[in-house]
Order: sequence, then structure tokens, then C-alpha cells
Amino acid sequence: MWSDFPLFPRAASTIARDVDALYFVWVGISLFFFFFIAALITTFFISFRRRAGHQYGSAGDLKTLPLELTWSGIPLVITLVMFGWGAQVFFEASRTPADADSYFAVGKQWMWKFQHPEGVREINDLHIPVGRPIKLTMTSEDVIHSFYVPAFRVKKDVVPGRYSTVWFEATEPGRYHLFCAEFCGTEHSVMIGSVYALTPEDYETWLATGDTGPPVQVSGAELFDQLSCSTCHQGADQIDDGIRLARGPHLEGVFGTERTLVSGSTVVADESYIRNSIINPQSQIVAGWQPIMPTFKGQVTEEQINALIDYIKSLEVPQTAQQNVVAPPNASNAG
Amino acid sequence: MSTHAAELGSNYLTNGFSLKSWLLTKDHKRIAILYMISITFFFILGGLFAFAVRLELLTPAGDLMEADTYNRMFTMHGVVMIFFFLIPSIPAVLGNFLVPLMVGAKDLAFPKINLASWYVYNLAGIITLGAIFMGGVDTGWTFYTPFSTTYSNSYVVLTVVGLFINGFSSIFTGLNFIVTIHRMRAPGLTWFRLPLFIWGHYATSLIIMLGTPVIAITLALLAAERSLHLGIFDPALGGDPILFQHLFWFYSHPAVYIMILPSMGVISEIISAFARQKVFGYHFVAFASIAIAILGFLVWGHHLFVSGQSVYAGLVFSVLSMLVGVPSAVKVFNWTATMFKGSISRETPMLYALGFIGLFTIGGLTGVMLATLGFDVHVHDTYFVVAHFHYIMVGGAIMGYLGGIHFWWPKMTGRLYPEFWSKLSAGLVFIGFNLTFFPQFVLGYLGMPRRYWSYPDEFQVLNVLSTAGATVLGVGYVMPLFYLTYSLAFGRAAGDNPWGAYGLEWETTSPPPTENFHHQPVVTGEAYDYPSLEAKSV
Repeated sequence: MWSDFPLFPRAASTIARDVDALYFVWVGISLFFFFFIAALITTFFISFRRRAGHQYGSAGDLKTLPLELTWSGIPLVITLVMFGWGAQVFFEASRTPADADSYFAVGKQWMWKFQHPEGVREINDLHIPVGRPIKLTMTSEDVIHSFYVPAFRVKKDVVPGRYSTVWFEATEPGRYHLFCAEFCGTEHSVMIGSVYALTPEDYETWLATGDTGPPVQVSGAELFDQLSCSTCHQGADQIDDGIRLARGPHLEGVFGTERTLVSGSTVVADESYIRNSIINPQSQIVAGWQPIMPTFKGQVTEEQINALIDYIKSLEVPQTAQQNVVAPPNASNAG
Repeated sequence: MSTHAAELGSNYLTNGFSLKSWLLTKDHKRIAILYMISITFFFILGGLFAFAVRLELLTPAGDLMEADTYNRMFTMHGVVMIFFFLIPSIPAVLGNFLVPLMVGAKDLAFPKINLASWYVYNLAGIITLGAIFMGGVDTGWTFYTPFSTTYSNSYVVLTVVGLFINGFSSIFTGLNFIVTIHRMRAPGLTWFRLPLFIWGHYATSLIIMLGTPVIAITLALLAAERSLHLGIFDPALGGDPILFQHLFWFYSHPAVYIMILPSMGVISEIISAFARQKVFGYHFVAFASIAIAILGFLVWGHHLFVSGQSVYAGLVFSVLSMLVGVPSAVKVFNWTATMFKGSISRETPMLYALGFIGLFTIGGLTGVMLATLGFDVHVHDTYFVVAHFHYIMVGGAIMGYLGGIHFWWPKMTGRLYPEFWSKLSAGLVFIGFNLTFFPQFVLGYLGMPRRYWSYPDEFQVLNVLSTAGATVLGVGYVMPLFYLTYSLAFGRAAGDNPWGAYGLEWETTSPPPTENFHHQPVVTGEAYDYPSLEAKSV
């Protein structure tokens, strides 16, 4: 019977239990106060009903200040305690474990597109192994969407022009609803997918039988060559007769570092910065370089940008070449 | 005193019967009646849209109407109900009628601006209706970018032009209230002798004056972005879609308090009148209104908990949002204590007031739940939120509005409403309301997102309950329309003060004369001085 009339969603992630605990305690507090008020009102409504020849009493018999302080103080304390607890759960849910597997998601009217680190692409379905923290890096091709898996108690808006991340670790194998929770147009309500949480063995099997392309990083590297990014952003050791050939900064070790721009301001080279540098390269030129990079707007899809980002992230500073990285060419050389 | 009307032969209703005498009136009481007619029209319209939405959700498949039609239905329900009913309802109808009466003034400070506000409201309504009848708008009442600026192919600009204009009617009303309350109080009516209805309207007017210009600017920017592609909100042009959400909620969250604070004022009046008691902790209730108005401006970011805003911004908005619960709780406890040792009668307005406390308590508690960071992530943009804000905005504002209409109906019309039908309607509204919206809390925790035209099968039973409740609620809402109209012709004569209530508005005739009072009233007692009233009548 309860399958037709469920009162509670499945809890299938490591965070779900924390959220549910918060929920139950809140429901308990709410029920207590609701019935407390309802009981008082009912009692007063009955005991103090108007009668003929009634002598008026007065609530003025009650001492105002102590009562007001009490019934301001109690809600205040409960509120602050619950705030602290809620914040703690939120922090936990926001802090992505360092060893999380990195997946990409792109929202589009009206579908979800996923890229596995292993190279598998899926639409509206997402297969993941249980017991592994999964980090999704998400962006949108058009409007704001919101990635929502009720069984995992996770939700994060997917905003065009920015990257947002969400992480979860499934605890139970199963198939779970994936909803778009932010109104995104005509078919918002059918922008529904499924998350399949598989045991690690089943996940390996599924990967093997699936249509696996090259891993995301590898396709990122291929794109990097195909789009001729490498022409300018080439390896740090490409020096000919002591003159650097590179027309753009090397990208090894750049990800996550602070960059000083021509304008003098600084920016952290994160996903959004890299995306912006591909789509709108003139807007954030690193100090010491010429604004010569063409835009790739319209030539690369969001998935391809994701692959490029994943590739750039993977580039590490070669041990021998570190001194070259910090030396930009002079202007005449680059011009 | 009830013989005054007979002696003078004229009250505000009988002072001219021509259409012109109504359409060019500068009498705040007539303008209140004009507003009541317009607002009732929009309430019915918004209700019909709501009913279409609930009917569609009776079955999991989207089988009653097209997805686009459904999206337009819930959008127009939101736009009409919020901007043309909930925000203006109590201030423009009850506030317009009662603020001058309660402070002992002849009229509002700026009668012509008051009349203009009604015309501006109707002009805005006509423009928005124009957008609706040309095909409607499908963005949701929140108009989130870049959907509204780039992707929606509906009448976005026309709609926001209507809402932009509508903002001026709010501002006119708020301005009038603030000046009237400051400058036109009767001799002896000090700030702390003011009825709490006036405090509620004062706090509301402050929000209106400070907040409405922000939504006007936001909507103007939205229209400019959509027409001229300036790159304010559109990321493809270097704009920031999240900026729109900040600007939008900076007004639209306080707007909830525009709806609820006047209603709280109404409830304070009704409970003290029907319990024959001073409102317990008058000063605390008055200051709670001001505290809610101020805090209300600092909490908009809780609408952006899952937008990708920083965790630390989330912390600040969370704790401030939760703190709004404290003055709200204080009010509930004070209303309850007001009944202690009272002499409580069970008239219809009192039933509405008690219904208000019940619904507001549920709405308030779930509001504090939603402000809790870890919890909100799961239920954000689900039916849990839909249920919560209906409990606050509809449960709060409409229970207050209907309670207030019944309470002051004898003053406004000189007639009593039929007791049996009004009690039945109050009961149906309360039961229907809970049956409609309580299942939606469960639906939300189960994970049903809002604004869905079709949904997975397991959500059906709760949706059926909700639609059934909406039917009962609809009947409850429609009934007053009939029996109140009926009472205009056939209702018993009310007399000046049928409830034995305390307050300046009850000291004049029913209906009041055009100039409100035959003699300038002088206030010598505290607000809600029921013991002295009792002593006088003995």
C-alpha cells in the first residue's frame, strides 16, 4: 500500500542520513510547538467563552516582561542551535572529498549530458559506482537548470557561463530519479533522468560493455592539438636559440593558481576562467602577453570545453622547465 | 450615537449615487470599496488559474493541457495573485478604509494620490491582462534570467511593464499611510496608543517605500535586457544571471512581509475585540512588526542557497532568516496570551483569526526549517516550498483579509453578514486549505519539484488529495462573495459597534459619514482599553 502512498523518500547517499536527522528533529520541534499553541488556544477558547453576567478578568494578571523574555529566549536558543547543526550538515555536503572521481554534466533544454572520466558519454542516465565519492562539474548551454537527486538529498543549480560542482557518494545500489529543479522552459517537467548506482563490479562490467570513447582527458588532449591550441600554448621547453617561440603562456601547472591580468587585477585560473579564456579570450589577458588569441566561441561545445579543462587540469609543471614558466617574452618578440 | 446617520441623512455611501461621484471620489472609504471590487476580480482570476493548475496535476501525465499552457497557467496564477491580490489586498482595501478612521483623521494625507493609486493599479492590471489574453507569459512569477530575457517566447516585456506600473500604486499607498500616521493622528493619540493594525501598516509602508523601487528597477533592467540585449543578466553577453536573482529577491522576499504584516495587524484587532482584552504585551507586538520589517530586508539570499553562492554568504543569510522566526513566535504567543482570562465570543472574524494563527504557525515553523542550510538543499524548489509559502502568504494574508472583511463589514456597509453561512465558509476555508497544502509538504520531502506539468506515478495520491482540498477551498472562498452581496440588501442593520469593540472607528456611525467623524475625536485611553469600555457601558 505504501508504494502508492509514500511518505518518505529513499535515502541512498552518505549525506541523506544527516539531512533526514535534521528533518526529523525539526518535525519534532514543529509538532511540539504547533500542538502546544493549539492546546492553549483550544483551552482558552473553551474555558473563557463569553457568558452572560461574566466578570472580566485580565491577562494583565500575567507578568509581561518575564513571559516575553521567556518566549523570545526559547525560540532564539532553539533557532541558533538548529542553525549551527544545519550549517554543519551544509558544510559537509559542500566539501568535496579530495579523492572524488571527476565527472562532467551539461544541462541543456531539455536533457542532461554526462561525461565519465573513463570517456563514456550518457544522456539523461548517469551510471555511478556505489561507495565512491563522485564529483560533478556542471554547466549549462542555455538557461539555469538545477541538478536534483532526491534519494541523495543533493541539489545544485546549473548556471550558463559558470561552473558549479556537486558531490555525492551513493550507499545503496538502485535506480534513482534525477530531476531538473529550476524551471527551464516548456519541457522542464520532462527533463527527468535516472541515476543508476551500481556495485563497483557491475560498474566495471557496465563500462566494459558500454560505448566507451577515449577518456575525457585524452579527448581533451586531442582537441588541444586539433584546435591548434598547442601552437601558442606549447610545452615549456620549446626554446630555439634562446628565444621563446610561444605566443601564449604555458598551461602546465596553471590550473588553480592566481594569475595577474593586464589590468592589474588577479584571477584564479579555475574552470570558469579557462572557459572564459576560450570563449572570450580578450577579456582576461594575463599580464605580459598580447591579446592575440582568437575566440573559439561557437566552435567548441560545452562538453569539449569540459574535456579541455580536464586536460589542462592534468598538466603538471615539468621538473626541468620550471624556470622558463615564469619568464614571459618581451613585447616585441610576441607582437 | 446610532441616530447620527438618521439625523444627518448622509454617510459616505449615500453621498452621491452617480458613477462620477464614485470614479472621481477622493474619499478614502470609497476608494477602498473601488479597490475591493478590482481586487476581488483579480482574486477570482488568480483562483481560476490555480484551479487549472490543480486539475492538471490530478493525474501524473500532462493530459489536460499542453506543457506550454500549463507553464503559462502557473505563471499567471503567481503574477496575478502576488502582484494584484496579496500585496495590495489588506493595505488597499482595509488599510485605505481604516487607517484614517483609526487615527481619527478626516481622510488620508493625499486624497488625490490615493485615487490615482487605484487608477494606476487598474491600468497596470489591464496591461498585464493584455499580456495574458495575447497568450500569456511562461517564466514563472520570478522571471529568472536568462530564460526570461532570451529563451522564453511569451509576453515577458508587456507583463513586466504592467508590474512596473503597478509598483507605483503600492508606493502611493505606502506614502499616504506613512504621512497620515505621522501627521494626522487625533489629539491624545500617541504612538503607543495606536492600534496594532496601524503599526502593521506602518511597518508595511516602510517596506513598500524602500523595496518597491528596487523591483521596479529590476524589472526595467529585465525589459531592457530582453529588448536591447545589453548583457546585464545574459552570460552569453558577459552578464550575470545570478545578479538578477539577488535584485529580484531583495524586493520579493520583503514582499512576503508586505502581505503578512497588515494581516497580523488585523488579527491583533480581532482577537482583542472578541476576547475583550488588551492585546497582551502591546509594545512587544508593535516592535515585533518593526523587527520583522527590518530583518526582512536582510534575508533574500536564502533563495540562493543552491545557486552556487558562497558557503559563507549562505551562513549569514541562513542565521538572519531564522531570526525572523523569533519576533513571529513572539506575536503568536502574545495573541494566545491575549485570550487568557478573556471573554471570548465565537463570531466569524474570531474563527478566521484562530485559523490564521494555526496556518501562520505551520507556515512560520516550516519557514525556519527552510532557512536551515543543510535541510533546504533537499527541499529547495520542491513542493515543500510551495506548501510553506502558501501557508504564509495565502494562509496568512487571506485569512487576515477575510477575517478583516467580516470584522469591519458592518462598519463599511452598515449591515451584518449572515452568521451561519459565514461560519460555514470559514470552516470550509480552513479544512480545504489544510487538505490542499499539507500533502504538499510530504510531496516536497519526497522530492517532487515545483512547476511540474507531469510527474512520476508515486506522487499521485498526494496530488489527488491536494486537488480535492483545492475544490473545498474554492467553495469556501466563493461563498462570501454571495452572502456578503446578499447582506448588502437583506442583512440586518449593524449599529455603530456591533461587536462592542474598542477603537476610534467604532465611535463613529456605520457606515461612517464622508468626513469620518461628526466631532474631532480626542483620545484619552490606551489602545484596547476594554475594561474602560465595559465600565462605560454598565
